[in-house]
Amino acid sequence: MTRIPLLAGLLILSSAALAETADTAQSLAQPCAACHGQKGQGGMGAYPHLAGLGETYLKRQLDAFASGQRDNPIMKPMASGLSDAQRATLARYFSKQSPAAPGSNPPADNGAGAELVRHGRWQDDIPACVQCHGPDARGIGKDFPGLAGQPAGYLQDQLKAWRNGKRQGDPQGLMSAVAKRLDDADLAAVADYLASLSAAPGQEGQP
Amino acid sequence: MNKSHPLLIVIGGCVLLGSVATGLGYWLTGGGPQSFRSDIVVHNSDGSPDSPPQASSPESASATDNTGAGPDAGPPPRSAIPDNEFGALVRKGEQIFADPGQYAGQYVGNDLRCQSCHFDAGRYDKTAPMRAAWPMYPAYRSKNQHVNDFAERLQGCFTYSMNGKAPPRGSDILQALEAYSFWLAKGTTVGESLPSKGFPDIGKPQQAPSYERGQAVFQANCALCHGADGQGQQAADGGYGFPPLWGKHSYNWGAGMHKVETAARFIKAAMPLGNPALTEQQAWDVAFFVNSHERPQDPRFDGSVQGTAKQFHHHDYARYGQSVDGQVLGSQAPPSATVP
Repeated sequence: MTRIPLLAGLLILSSAALAETADTAQSLAQPCAACHGQKGQGGMGAYPHLAGLGETYLKRQLDAFASGQRDNPIMKPMASGLSDAQRATLARYFSKQSPAAPGSNPPADNGAGAELVRHGRWQDDIPACVQCHGPDARGIGKDFPGLAGQPAGYLQDQLKAWRNGKRQGDPQGLMSAVAKRLDDADLAAVADYLASLSAAPGQEGQP
Repeated sequence: MNKSHPLLIVIGGCVLLGSVATGLGYWLTGGGPQSFRSDIVVHNSDGSPDSPPQASSPESASATDNTGAGPDAGPPPRSAIPDNEFGALVRKGEQIFADPGQYAGQYVGNDLRCQSCHFDAGRYDKTAPMRAAWPMYPAYRSKNQHVNDFAERLQGCFTYSMNGKAPPRGSDILQALEAYSFWLAKGTTVGESLPSKGFPDIGKPQQAPSYERGQAVFQANCALCHGADGQGQQAADGGYGFPPLWGKHSYNWGAGMHKVETAARFIKAAMPLGNPALTEQQAWDVAFFVNSHERPQDPRFDGSVQGTAKQFHHHDYARYGQSVDGQVLGSQAPPSATVP
């Protein structure tokens, strides 16, 4: 008998806790919208979208911005001003948002980029992007972020940063190792092709 | 993938076409008691035991081929597939190779794909390329103790590495895979073993492989992608992610990859993906660890684990029939040939 009121009480308590968490996350995320779009869905020029990226990946990036391991003059103060728990809350929040709906543009018709993304260049020991980032480049699990639909300029900058060591902290050094085998033309082609893909499932933009 | 076989990529998995000719068999199907030292390039057609998956050392592989004509040029580029009926069959073969769950699903019983182990749809020269397999058949295989043609060799991949069923001889699936392999082998010499055949030799381990060391290597280097439980990961939309390394969705106890040496060679050459940096000893240890887990039953199971072990599992460091944490490997194996 006493179980029902107890259970009801627990439900009320946990609902309140959930609501509070959601409020906190949304308010924490407010400043992010100026560059990363509403709910982190992007669409703001060269700034990346965050919606739907892996939680572990996002948390690692916020930590790296705060520590300076990932060098970024805009993100450094933003991330440093957050507690570890707040960074975790934001990472969880953005990982649970849906990416923007697919656009109507077809994938970029650049043979070199598509080839690297889909097949790699194994004669140079370069795996295909899709092997770790998913067959649609929309990510795998918590550690491997989606790349589809990120701005080309952003992707190219990051690839350069992986290559020259300005961006570090990738698990097991996997991304740095691959980026060092890509030349400038490769970076541009890969970035253009990935940017033309859709971050959300849909008819268009699939590799 | 989107279809019935969600994960697939895996590591070990696949093995489908292994070193292709001889090697093919080897790794997929676990050959018999032959040795795989491979400083020797043997082939099977002379009636000798299966040749090693890899016939020569990596150094010699990169330096020369068997014809003395310089390094192997490798397979033709994808763009060279002709626009005719033959080319259509070649393309179909590549599709099956990259996604057998979708294009040959009725014969596939796990979440692996051919290219889980034979990278780049069987093109990569360090992971038992089809180019090096095709010219080496027909060949004698100790695994089944008779001369196998290439079609039968491919059937073995489905039976063992894919834990599935053999597509019928003459079926469009086998014909497409044969056409694709034939096309990849353009410019090779029939009966001449390429240095890239099989997985590159890594010699014998300095220390006997260790489960404990292997577990540590696994957690530090493999779990990121394949999961701490070895079950792999699916992509965000359910497509191929990272393949399962043991359990009911992985290769079975008859696949070449279940042999510790075959897995160690593959791992040394190719893992972690994009940054293969393990030592030989680490590769042996982690291969031993991975293959110390239960997986689908050996299709040759005779009703008794010890009997099956005695008949088919004499290779070095064989795990089938051995006890791990008080449980005999093979005794709790999920069924083989679990096709949809």
